[in-house]
Amino acid sequence: MTTPVHRMDPRPKFLIALTIFIMSLLSMNILVLLTLFLVQIPIIYVAKSFHRWFNSIKAGAVLASLIFVMNFITGSTLVFSLTMTLRFLVLISAFSLFFMTTSPDDLGLALEKMGLPYMLSFTFTTAVRLVPTVALEAQTIIDAQRSRGLELDKGGIVNRIRKYIPILIPLIVSAIRRSTELAEALESRAFGVTQKREPLTVLKMKQSDYLVAATVFLTLLIGIYIQITISLPNFDNNVTMPPIWQFWD
Amino acid sequence: MIEVKGLHFSYDRKEVLTNVNLKIHDGEFIAVMGENGAGKTTLVKHFNGLLKSNKGEVLVDGKSTKDSTVASLSRNVGLVFQNPDHQLFSETVFQEVSFSMRNFGYSEEIINKRVNFILETLDLSSYADTSPFMLSGGERKRVALASVLVSDPKHIILDEPTIGQDFHQKDKLRNFIVQMNSQGRTVIIVTHDIEFVVDCKPRVVLLSKGSVLADGSYDSLFSNTDLIDKASLMSPQISLLMASLGDLNFDPKIMDLYQAKTILEGKLKNCL
Repeated sequence: MTTPVHRMDPRPKFLIALTIFIMSLLSMNILVLLTLFLVQIPIIYVAKSFHRWFNSIKAGAVLASLIFVMNFITGSTLVFSLTMTLRFLVLISAFSLFFMTTSPDDLGLALEKMGLPYMLSFTFTTAVRLVPTVALEAQTIIDAQRSRGLELDKGGIVNRIRKYIPILIPLIVSAIRRSTELAEALESRAFGVTQKREPLTVLKMKQSDYLVAATVFLTLLIGIYIQITISLPNFDNNVTMPPIWQFWD
Repeated sequence: MIEVKGLHFSYDRKEVLTNVNLKIHDGEFIAVMGENGAGKTTLVKHFNGLLKSNKGEVLVDGKSTKDSTVASLSRNVGLVFQNPDHQLFSETVFQEVSFSMRNFGYSEEIINKRVNFILETLDLSSYADTSPFMLSGGERKRVALASVLVSDPKHIILDEPTIGQDFHQKDKLRNFIVQMNSQGRTVIIVTHDIEFVVDCKPRVVLLSKGSVLADGSYDSLFSNTDLIDKASLMSPQISLLMASLGDLNFDPKIMDLYQAKTILEGKLKNCL
């Protein structure tokens, strides 16, 4: 894709994700988190990645619901539970946006520019690159075990967790096998022989990238200042559910 | 019987199967062939309910797969995946092979009997207590095959069964498949291995770009070079040899080694 977001240097893009990450961890105000969530939507539209972003949010929705339920049934207020859920979704959204619009190659170059040794940046980008492959493999393994009568959605919680053993073992074994093969293939092609590498493409920040980075950094500073000095309206109405363990007494 | 009626299927808005119609009768032997990405594996994954159609339907023994779970369908439809490493997880081969039987709730006595029988049949008895991860690629493939066949399904689907098998194992596999078929089981193989298909002599369904390109006997389809080309296959070696001797006007349906040998011997004797 060639949208302005895709063309942007990975460093300001990472700064956007990092700013959203820091702000969402600093604030416990639901309005702030909602703003952090909504502010990403125009960027996602510009990046023409709404469908993929929505799929990431959908995938995270199960865990988000669990976070909400676990908070609420253990005695947290409704607003607090919603805040924690929203924080999780904000984090998923920010990093999905970053990874959806940054190619692993650009990511590797950016990490190297930031001073990370090549070996580490290569390991990191390879891991990122393999995520879709592993996800696809996990689905094939699930299909293979279901074809042998495994029913993942039946039984109690402990039983259901146990049923994932036939999925996890082949997935781990396959990942280890793949990493060994990859290491051998890399070594056969003289990986790591030259200490000083000359990259084919060099990342160069454009004026627009500097502008984005400066704006985001300024926003971060203002956000931290507001968080420390100004008291934002609190919507917590103290609506709670009695802690679940009370039902066992 | 497995019946496919007007099947359409899409992955992420990309249509992979388009209006597929197919009838597979009980006890038939079918080879599904076609180029990479033709939709062969996608098609057979509909037979045990792993995939449900976007449009059209798949009926297994008269019942729509949409109304059944994968677990209930897999009692009758056994699907052996292409890569054995996608399913092996147990400590021993015996445990691995008995996995589906336990899922289906069989008693220990029946499990022991059936597992021992299938291990014996597939030359795996000596590995019963070995970890499946310690076996070679071909042996792991046989363990995967055994782990599906052990529950004695009525319809058996094998996705690329010959990959990673040496000549002798391929020959054993062919005998085993033919034997299963002669016992009345429906056998469906998904493969690119045209020589293996010629040896098995099944009905062939050629898929191309998600649609059925041709459906018929192996010799009538493989003797049609246009079809072979469209399905990105290569004619059997014997066919190529007979075609290269064009002046002698051999029947293009000759694909069997012994048949070709007899005909060529006759011709040579006449010449001498």
